[in-house]
Amino acid sequence: MQPDSKPAIHFGQESAAVSENVQQFITFTLGDEEYGIDIMVVREIKGWTETTMIPNAPAHVRGVINLRGIIVPIFDLRARFGVGVTVPTSMHVVIIVAAGTRTVGLLVDTVSDIISVDPKEIRDVPDMGVPIEDQFLEGLVAIENRMVTLVSLAGLFGTPKASVTTTAARADAAVAA
Amino acid sequence: MPVTSEQEAYPVAQFRKTYFEECAELLDALQSNLELLSSGREDEETLHAIFRSVHSIKGGAGAFGCTDLVAFSHTFESLLDALRDQKVAASQEIKQLLLRASDALADIVHAARLEQPLPPNFAADISVAMRDALLGAGQAIDVAVGSVAAETRSLSEQKYRVRFRPHTEMLRKANEPLLLIRQLRKLGTLTIEADSSSLPPLEALDPESAYLSWTFTLETAVPRGALQDVFEFVEDDCDLEIELLEAAAGPAEAAASDAGSVVASAVAQVSVAQSIRVDVDKVDRLVNLVGELVISQAMLTEQGLSLPADTYPQLIQGIEALAQSARELQESVMAIRAQPVKSVFARMPRIVRELAATLGKEVRIVTSGEMTEIDKTVIEQLNDPLTHMIRNALDHGIEPPSERVAAGKPRQGTILLSAAQRSGRIVIEVSDDGRGINREKILAKAQARGLVPAGASLSEDEIDNLIFLPAFSTAEVITSISGRGVGMDVVKRNVQALGGRISVRSRFGHGSSFTLSLPLTLAVVDGMVVSVGRETFIIPLVAIVENLRPQTSDIHPIVGRGNVLALRGEYLPLVYLHRVFSIGDAIGDPCRGIVIIVQSESAGRVGIVVDELLGQQQVVVKSLEANYEPVDGISGATILGNGRVALILDVARLHEIDVRGTGGRLPSPDQFKIETAKDIVDAA
Repeated sequence: MQPDSKPAIHFGQESAAVSENVQQFITFTLGDEEYGIDIMVVREIKGWTETTMIPNAPAHVRGVINLRGIIVPIFDLRARFGVGVTVPTSMHVVIIVAAGTRTVGLLVDTVSDIISVDPKEIRDVPDMGVPIEDQFLEGLVAIENRMVTLVSLAGLFGTPKASVTTTAARADAAVAA
Repeated sequence: MPVTSEQEAYPVAQFRKTYFEECAELLDALQSNLELLSSGREDEETLHAIFRSVHSIKGGAGAFGCTDLVAFSHTFESLLDALRDQKVAASQEIKQLLLRASDALADIVHAARLEQPLPPNFAADISVAMRDALLGAGQAIDVAVGSVAAETRSLSEQKYRVRFRPHTEMLRKANEPLLLIRQLRKLGTLTIEADSSSLPPLEALDPESAYLSWTFTLETAVPRGALQDVFEFVEDDCDLEIELLEAAAGPAEAAASDAGSVVASAVAQVSVAQSIRVDVDKVDRLVNLVGELVISQAMLTEQGLSLPADTYPQLIQGIEALAQSARELQESVMAIRAQPVKSVFARMPRIVRELAATLGKEVRIVTSGEMTEIDKTVIEQLNDPLTHMIRNALDHGIEPPSERVAAGKPRQGTILLSAAQRSGRIVIEVSDDGRGINREKILAKAQARGLVPAGASLSEDEIDNLIFLPAFSTAEVITSISGRGVGMDVVKRNVQALGGRISVRSRFGHGSSFTLSLPLTLAVVDGMVVSVGRETFIIPLVAIVENLRPQTSDIHPIVGRGNVLALRGEYLPLVYLHRVFSIGDAIGDPCRGIVIIVQSESAGRVGIVVDELLGQQQVVVKSLEANYEPVDGISGATILGNGRVALILDVARLHEIDVRGTGGRLPSPDQFKIETAKDIVDAA
């Protein structure tokens, strides 16, 4: 997403100036983990529906759906984070977000909450060997006794070609059957 | 009131813009009427139309102070006037002169629009020639700068009297007379007289009624229409009279120009009644909405089919009626986007004239079917390939006059440009009566470049189609005229990007003919719905040759090339869609599924192996790139009746993906030969 379309998150001393600006996040779960995404980019939340596969797309691209006449790709966030592949049921949820000029869907387990966060309270993600690539995460925030990881849409979709750098293994076609 | 800087304010800029938009149309009309004249239509009507175009251009030019334009169009107009009065004969030379003058006029208008200075002595030779023609006919012509200036003034400064009496209704609709008066004042020097005679005594005054009326005297450079525009929104709620008092110049001139403008405005009135200008964005939005409607309708129809017809007869009828209306609505909306190819064709005669002059060749261009309509997006993309093909025909096709005479042909070469609608596609043909394709030369060149193995025997068509190969557009064959970095391969690629095909036929010594076949629209595709495993795809119907279920004995494995299908003595490569796209649960056996034979320019004929044919359907093409990215082998997406997305196959790419996917085996020279030859056959 564009950096100017939402208030920037500041770390350290600079944040004092913007501490009145409380930011809201929608939280969702992947397994036992709770994640948050800026509420300003969320367009709608809908139940999982069958998708149409995109040939030779990476594993985290679950295909496309028809959202009132627009073709919207659905990304499996669990697969994108490299922590397995979601086996979707009708209980799973798709969060439709605006990533820059594109409209995309994120497949997650459940949507749980809306939280208000003072940007001051957002902590850097500690480097502790988590399997998730740093660029996808924006920071951590502690709500009561839960820990919510904030997801960076810019990190997920910032580079337009990022999602097809690895094409899925192709069957050895055209060899005599 | 003196002329103030207000005159330079917004409305003038707006009028200027409108004037140049009109100029473009006038120049188009001028061009096509001159073509008519050259082709022998010397009737009064044509001459009048030509005169009117030039006259209208001159009139506006005076108003906006474009002196070069006024001077040139004045001379032009004088010649046309003499021609109209039959004081100058419409000889071949004069017609040529008029054509050259119209080209020059277009350039001068262009320069005036951009406010660029003209090169010194621009088109001076044409002006001189026009004056000579007039003088030769004993016609006096006022070419002194002074008289041109006077003319300018006479056109720019006209005096109007406007009587304006607002009705009470006008005030109720919150229209403020003061604003109108201010707007009028911006148009020129304004004298105002207010008539307060109908104002009642104070106790009888209704504050919401209109009692005042005005008489304005306006000296202005803008046409009467602009004055009327000021009152556009109050017209129905007031008494309005606009009359022309006098022009600042002599009365005869004023009468003439007034008559001229009456004719012009009458013409304008007619065209207003017949067409309106609409923003393309608005039309596009309409097209998208109708696309949605058609999808929803298809969804309803599918649901309706599962209902018992005897239980819900009304509902079923309603759904059928809806389907009918939706289809008609879609066609009508598509028709809005359609434009005659004339707008592109009209640019070609000038290209031919200029290039013929440069090359010292004598060439005429004959166009037909200009009114054939095609989608606007296609038209916009058509200019470049068409220009290139015309240039090619002139440069390589048509011979110099001496060579033509020696070959027993008329000195003047002919290029035919035609458009026609044939079975849902537009066919555009560019043919010339030139020297045709020199096959020996082409073949030798192809062999020298390693495009064709030495000793390979190619048919005449195959050789002709070699010119579409990318490596062909360099040096030797190409001169400075057509060799501007674009070759026929680029033309072919442009045409293919539009979903079109191109082919060439040629007879050595007799000329060549290029044929373009284009879809009518890019927004809707007739498609075959097929299934592979659990997935559904659309194959564009235009690409499909036939469908069949082969016998096991027809399938032959060829080492290094996968399976081929023997079909009536031909061997077609088979592309297994489930393998190319890594789809599980597919049948995968062509003898139990279906083989769809498709034809594409680049890959030739290929058999695509799918599980099942689900039916044939018109689909609205949606972009996959808008929210995702281009996918190899897929040209777009659509939404089916059940609301699901289906991807549209790019059949030209499938074979290539398949070949590449087999582990990057490079084709041996021998294979390459087969493929090249095949490509050529299919393109023909």
